[in-house]
Amino acid sequence: MISIKNITKTYRDGKLTALDGINIEIAEGELFGLIGPDGAGKTTLFRILATLVQPDSGTADIAGADVVRDYALIRRSIGYMPGRFSLYQDLSILENLEFFAAVFGTTIAENYERIKPIYSHIEPFKNRRAGQLSGGMKQKLALCCALVHRPTLLLLDEPTTGVDPVSRQEFWDMLQLLKQQGLTIVVSTPYMDEARRCDRIALLQKGQILDQDSPEGIINRHALPLYSIQGPHMFALLETVRSWPGTLSCFAFGESHHVRFHDGMTAPHLEAYLKKKGLENIEIKAIAPDIEDIFIELLRTQN
Amino acid sequence: MPQILKTFSLNYCAHKTKIQMSNIIEATQLTRVFGKFTAVDHISFSVKTGEIFGFLGANGAGKSTAMKMLSGLLLPSSGKAQVLGFDVYTQSEEIKKRIGYMSQRFSLYEDLTVEENIHLFGSIYGLSKAILKEKTDALLVQLEFVDQRKTLVSNLPLGWKQKLSFSVAMLHEPQLVFLDEPTGGVDPITRRQFWEMIYAASAKGATLFVTTHYMDEAEYCDRVSIMVDGRIAALDTPKALKTQFEADDMNEVFLKLAATSNLKII
Repeated sequence: MISIKNITKTYRDGKLTALDGINIEIAEGELFGLIGPDGAGKTTLFRILATLVQPDSGTADIAGADVVRDYALIRRSIGYMPGRFSLYQDLSILENLEFFAAVFGTTIAENYERIKPIYSHIEPFKNRRAGQLSGGMKQKLALCCALVHRPTLLLLDEPTTGVDPVSRQEFWDMLQLLKQQGLTIVVSTPYMDEARRCDRIALLQKGQILDQDSPEGIINRHALPLYSIQGPHMFALLETVRSWPGTLSCFAFGESHHVRFHDGMTAPHLEAYLKKKGLENIEIKAIAPDIEDIFIELLRTQN
Repeated sequence: MPQILKTFSLNYCAHKTKIQMSNIIEATQLTRVFGKFTAVDHISFSVKTGEIFGFLGANGAGKSTAMKMLSGLLLPSSGKAQVLGFDVYTQSEEIKKRIGYMSQRFSLYEDLTVEENIHLFGSIYGLSKAILKEKTDALLVQLEFVDQRKTLVSNLPLGWKQKLSFSVAMLHEPQLVFLDEPTGGVDPITRRQFWEMIYAASAKGATLFVTTHYMDEAEYCDRVSIMVDGRIAALDTPKALKTQFEADDMNEVFLKLAATSNLKII
């Protein structure tokens, strides 16, 4: 469906590299996640796929159409939801939706079934102006507007940034529904815990792909031996674990810290050290890493 | 790792036992109405001097409105609140002078350099030239920004901007700092370094009032309140909240509480 080959894009006369030789293949019907922090290059990649900026070098095509040469064709077949809310604030929900349908030469009625799973949530408020909607409702309207012309590919740039955990969960449930309708979806997020909701992901940092595969594939490939550690004084514990020569890395992960050891070092070694330092009642367990652990490890070794 | 982070945490526990019993924020029946909509609905709570206080809630639950009232930017409709011993109705200027505030949207000047931003905010808070120079030098070393002194802020990665923004909010050594979603979109390592800066500030005695959508970060707070529909639906230590709601983590606590919302308009 999407084939991205060696895409490079720089800004400010080449001084800032947004994308640095990116290669990604995305299959039809896939829910593909671009996972990375602000500045990783996610938005630039979306703009290239949406034919809004041109790459410096490399090629990208969508269902065989080239993003530079065949831009007019691509624009008709994609739905693009930019990171910043970009609907008309002084038009109502219904007016916004009618507008976007009209631009693509269609009507709401013709595509009602496609947008219904999402539109039904906001339809009771269809005469309310977009500017007066809550964050979650705006997000649903934007998604409806991106869907109303029956695109085959949906490009969603950070739809859940700044959104609370409940609305985030709802949004991902909606994406699952759309995927079941056969849509190909590319979605970006800075939240590592959302990676698990994707079929495949690319981990992006500073314009480069650190790794790409299914979330399980990435986790299995890196096979990080990892331990969680918990105790009564968590921040003293963090510092003390880091001060032990056998520690490769230690990062806070909510209610526990995640620790990696240098070769040959084990949990009992660390426990003995902590005891010597006056830290007792410590629980150390071997755990399976998650995407955020892998991302941190890749960032750490890259630096 | 910035130097500032290296020494604080061993002192941290000692400090935490010293969290003062006095309250730096006291709100009683605090309410704000916009037309027919009650954004903040009779909330009563207090924040202890020296604690890291997590202020959570769904979008639209009333967090921003409550924070604006507590920082002297918005008058309440009714109820009482004292911040640093000052009344939010009549002494908001005194409050504003003494608090630090870092907004969720980046609040530095993009077309000024790192150094110029530090000087600008320092001057606004009335720091003398000599003190400002000393503080700027120390800050750049702590943040490992010495090479970026003359860099335009617009050219910094987001995580660096947020660290700088926090440091600038702390320049006048406020006793109380409001941080509104400081880590949104920041990479996972920098996000953790940011929290270590929060702990460093706390270890020096500052009180931190923080909002976040990352539930792992809720675990780093001494106490957490969760707002639902303008009310404070729960307030306790993360551990006690997990016990109370029979939840494995704070994400589960949050989801269980948010499900009680009556405003299912999202």
